Amino acid sequence: MNVNTLKYYFRESTRSVLRNSWLSVASVGTIIISLLILGSSLLLVLNVRHIVSTVESSLEITVFLEDGLDEEALKRMEEEIKFVPGVARVEFVTKEQALEDLKESFGDKADILSGLEKDNPLPNSFRIKTSEAEMVPRAARQLEKLEGVEQVRYGQGVVEKLLSLTHWVRIWGSLTLVVLGAAAVFLIATTIRMSVFARRREIGIMKMLGATNFFVRMPFMLEGMMLGLAGGLVAALIIYFGYLSLLNKVAVTLPFIQLVNDPQTLYRVLGGLLGLGFGIGAVGSAISLHRFLRV
Amino acid sequence: MIQLYNVSKIYPNGVKALNDVTLHIKKGEFVFLVGPSGAGKSTLTKLICREELPSRGQVLVNGRNVARMKNRDVPHLRRKIGMVFQDFRLIPNKTVYENVAFALEVTGASSKEIKKVVPTVLRMVGLEKKAGMLPAHLSGGEQQRTSVARAIVNNPVLLLADEPTGNLDPETSWELMKLFLDINRRGTTIVMATHAWDIVDSMKKRVVALSNGCIIRDEEGGVYGYEC
Repeated sequence: MNVNTLKYYFRESTRSVLRNSWLSVASVGTIIISLLILGSSLLLVLNVRHIVSTVESSLEITVFLEDGLDEEALKRMEEEIKFVPGVARVEFVTKEQALEDLKESFGDKADILSGLEKDNPLPNSFRIKTSEAEMVPRAARQLEKLEGVEQVRYGQGVVEKLLSLTHWVRIWGSLTLVVLGAAAVFLIATTIRMSVFARRREIGIMKMLGATNFFVRMPFMLEGMMLGLAGGLVAALIIYFGYLSLLNKVAVTLPFIQLVNDPQTLYRVLGGLLGLGFGIGAVGSAISLHRFLRV
Repeated sequence: MIQLYNVSKIYPNGVKALNDVTLHIKKGEFVFLVGPSGAGKSTLTKLICREELPSRGQVLVNGRNVARMKNRDVPHLRRKIGMVFQDFRLIPNKTVYENVAFALEVTGASSKEIKKVVPTVLRMVGLEKKAGMLPAHLSGGEQQRTSVARAIVNNPVLLLADEPTGNLDPETSWELMKLFLDINRRGTTIVMATHAWDIVDSMKKRVVALSNGCIIRDEEGGVYGYEC
């Protein structure tokens, strides 16, 4: 392939993009919209996963103990707790420590609790972390059976709901991504087919003049790739700046929500959109040309 | 140059376009294909450039059997054949120069070669001053001359013309024929399907008359009439 042919491919595809400007704008618009939906869904799924995993990792079981257990009994209990399946970490919290923690959480209004030191109503407890969030309910049921346990708390019901929500978000999120991806490829294939159809006479002339299939296809392939890349670029930029402003707003108004903000993940999403736009353009063109071009 | 041996062509819809046609055309000949519409003239030209495949028989062009040719070799066959049509088949959004240069570009020619050859060919067909114009701004004759320039820019061994004067007035048709004669004198074989009886009668070239898919007459220095 000589330089002139390469120049021809680029010149023709650029000209075609400009000549069929409305069709080009429509194709790029379609890609932008598809990729915007795709990108936002991806970020939504990533963030839901992030939040869920944050919540999951902070899930813990508190085992309140009966009063009057001696040190030996406590030690024995700790050993027994460590043997409960799923238990990863056990921490003993004295009633004094529990009161301190409570005071800390009250902040300025800690005075309300003053005077309780003498007759501390809070029980001793164990704080327990499980290795997997899913293990929490079963471990809690086992812990309830231990001797000397007064009450076991782990946010009953909430954990089960959260876990089932995570499950559905993962399934539906992945499904949405697959469906939208397929829809985008289909839309681009249709757009390129329209572009090829609009130039079918030209294709006939090229073949009459002895153009190889590769020669005929290349400018269309490039056209699709350019449109895809342009769409991917615009979508990536919109997503990037939109997400940055979302991060800022959330940081100010909802500081307790931790959104995904590590640059590597973000750049991976943006790079993915760009690559996907390019890929959609190329695959779309290839599908259309494969059906249209036979000697 | 072109040999057809017992060639028949039946289209998928059942139409019998050619029936047991045997025809030999030598290098450098100028041949008119005449006959009523539907006689098989266009089918014959399509078989030669392998736009269609014969249902039976063999078609040899420049020593190669086109029916057995691999798909990837077809473009190389077509580069040796220049084609001219009644409807010109120019690319509307390319200028005269670009349309002619295009025939070289598809063969992978260098820009140096294109810049050298295209102006020469445009001069030959008398369009050097219209090189920058789009086909829509040209007269029918000028458009046809552009398509002839495109057909010969590759130095083809064969020029196939399917009713090239069909859309032209008599005077322009004659100018085109002078151009064809000039091209033929340079050694290019010309096969032209036509209804222009006056041209055929006065040029005194070989005439192959077709009717209902059969060759009914083949004579040197013949005339148009195809009744038998």
